[in-house]
Amino acid sequence: MTDETVVLSPSAVGPERPAAEGGGRSGRGGRAQVWRSRRYRWDLRFSPYAFVAPFFLFFAAFGLFPLLYTGWAALHQVELTDPDSMTWVGLRNFTRLWDDEFFWNALRNTVTIGLLSTVPQLAIALGLAHLLNYRLRGSAFFRVAVLTPYATSVAAATLVFVLLFGRDYGMVNWALSAVGFEAVDWQNGTFASQFAVSTIVIWRWTGYNALIYLAAMQAVPGELYESAALDGASRFQQFLHVTVPSLRPTIFFTCVVSTIGATQLFGEPLLFNGGAAATGGSDHQFQTLGLYLYEQGWVNLHLGRASAIAWAMFLILLLIAGAARLLRGRKDSR
Amino acid sequence: MRARARVRVRRTLLTTVAAVGTTALLLAGCAQDPDESPDQGAPATGKSGGAAQTTLTVGVFGAFGLQEAGLYDEYMAQNPGIRIEQTSIERNENYYPQLLTHLGTGSGLADIQAVEVNNIAEITATQADKLVDLGKAPGVDKAAYLPWKWAQGTAPAAKGGATVGLGTDIGPQGICYRKDLFEAAGLPSDRAAVGALWAGDWNKYLEAGRTYKAKAGEGKAFVDSASGVMAAVTGSSAQRFYDDQGKVVYKTNPAVRGAFDLAASFATDGLSAKLQQFTPTWDQGFSNGSFATVSCPAWMLGYIQDKAGSAGKDKWDVAQAPKPSNWGGSFLVVPKAGKHAEEAARLAAWLTAPAQQAKLFEKRGSFPSASAAYKLPAVSGAQHAYFGGAPIGEIFSKAAEGVPVAAVGPKDLVIAQNLADIGMLQVDQKGRSPQEGWEAAVKAIDNALDQ
Repeated sequence: MTDETVVLSPSAVGPERPAAEGGGRSGRGGRAQVWRSRRYRWDLRFSPYAFVAPFFLFFAAFGLFPLLYTGWAALHQVELTDPDSMTWVGLRNFTRLWDDEFFWNALRNTVTIGLLSTVPQLAIALGLAHLLNYRLRGSAFFRVAVLTPYATSVAAATLVFVLLFGRDYGMVNWALSAVGFEAVDWQNGTFASQFAVSTIVIWRWTGYNALIYLAAMQAVPGELYESAALDGASRFQQFLHVTVPSLRPTIFFTCVVSTIGATQLFGEPLLFNGGAAATGGSDHQFQTLGLYLYEQGWVNLHLGRASAIAWAMFLILLLIAGAARLLRGRKDSR
Repeated sequence: MRARARVRVRRTLLTTVAAVGTTALLLAGCAQDPDESPDQGAPATGKSGGAAQTTLTVGVFGAFGLQEAGLYDEYMAQNPGIRIEQTSIERNENYYPQLLTHLGTGSGLADIQAVEVNNIAEITATQADKLVDLGKAPGVDKAAYLPWKWAQGTAPAAKGGATVGLGTDIGPQGICYRKDLFEAAGLPSDRAAVGALWAGDWNKYLEAGRTYKAKAGEGKAFVDSASGVMAAVTGSSAQRFYDDQGKVVYKTNPAVRGAFDLAASFATDGLSAKLQQFTPTWDQGFSNGSFATVSCPAWMLGYIQDKAGSAGKDKWDVAQAPKPSNWGGSFLVVPKAGKHAEEAARLAAWLTAPAQQAKLFEKRGSFPSASAAYKLPAVSGAQHAYFGGAPIGEIFSKAAEGVPVAAVGPKDLVIAQNLADIGMLQVDQKGRSPQEGWEAAVKAIDNALDQ
């Protein structure tokens, strides 16, 4: 690391220069030497860029360009049937979102499903990590076990959950009726469907977050627990007063990642609607922003409108990030 | 120091070259060359005879059946210079947007592409200039096709009037019913008598449902879903969502509203099993016998057989629908951007010729759109063993020939989908009133059609 910084700073290249100039005195050998040292300098200056170039080329091609082009398309009326003919409409695609009840409905659903899935998910993950942090037999097995849902594909998991949450022959309703409750129409109820979609998300991501928490927990100095134990703190009190405060940056990180994930929620609600239509249920009751974007772009073929929704999602994320930063800044200064 | 520098220079140059090279390779890998990429499921063993080979690619969605019915192998045997490869995308929802983007850029296209009937109007109206006029292709006989199917594949006069899509199959409908459930409810179970129950009028179908329910008792559904009925009824109307001038008229067309209200009656009268078609629960409904009838296009017979399984054998039968109606079907188009457009047009003409359509029906149950095929024994004499040996060739030919010529519009799919999955589903599954369901559908369609 230190070697690199020395090499990269111009002052380190400097001492080489007199030697190169001095080499000009005598004939061909000197010229070769000049050339060599010049190449050396170019090498120092430019080869790092060559090393990182592949990433930036890919980023430009598959990250930056689509982002900017989407922004450009959002300012036009453009259809997937003829993507080359774009009609300039200014900010109309954005302003119309104000009156678009489907957009607001999708935004509302995204927030509620996001909360329904993120909050329990992180809470369970924290508890799980705490349990896994104990000295226990076969801990490696349990750690792998909590991660297995994460390794499952969204599609496979969702299709299984669709069967579990089936109205007529689903296992959840069967269990509910076995203990005397009414069967629930998981697909059609607003809260029921959002809860069902959230369970898929919780099931898939809890283990992943638990492992992140576990890693952070293992970095908490053991003396803290020892002294807490000496002070007579119970396991739960230790968890509350030692573990959680030490994990604050990690918790913040998982909150950010989960928020981004929740905003982009797409596969689960799409496939939860067994017909694979992007409506998110007959009343759009679990249509998320991602799903609405997909419906506008790839079902209704309105690329301009879809692009505007994509950018709106991006701006919403920036807003959330800004708010989180403000909140965190205030907390830290306290 | 010097020596070290030289070594380092060489090493850096090497890595730079390697890095740039890898990038170039990766980027090149992203640009697909249709001639070099080995397509999945393609017969890898092309006859490597001395003659120059032409590879024709066919892009389809789902289990289209052309390959499964052995048509490619037969064509390759007849034309040693031709090799056919097929790519398939499972769902049309994913296939169609990709086809549009490929047509837009003129790259990544197969030599022949399949198009679903609900998309064909959009294709003829917006993409006709990018497609070969197959009406003039060698071996194509307009007279062999059902006139309305031919008209659907033909671009509007304003767009040149070229026939860019050749019809493959269509979806003439019958009513599939459970003999045992009909008998238990005291209804006739013979297919002629069942057809006579509701012949000529969809309202009689509703009446039959009411009779069925009165006798079979609570909790016995007559139909699988209200939206299935709606699709069947709208499919029998001469005018649906667009008028002849290409204007959207579904809102004011009494046929559409009538079909919606009639289908909604099935829901409000408690005759529907409240299922959504093509969902896992619907599939389970077939195996559990949770409904007595379903309006079924020819292509659905195989689906029912798959889902109801051996337990349903000798229980299902198929009768004539109240009115001739069509649901589904496909077309083949040939993009001009293809390298072998001429050979591709010849192949498309051969694949959709009556003899080949009859084979597709025999092997896969896709009903021919070429009326000339109906006289062929493979069609006219066809019986379906699973459906009690029902004379399906006869039943569906009769339906096919009676289907009215309906104007199809570019957004047929979006309108039909929202009517079914928003409007009718709200009535059927959420217990909303038909009026509320209709208004919700209209709102969703208005939003979808607004560019």
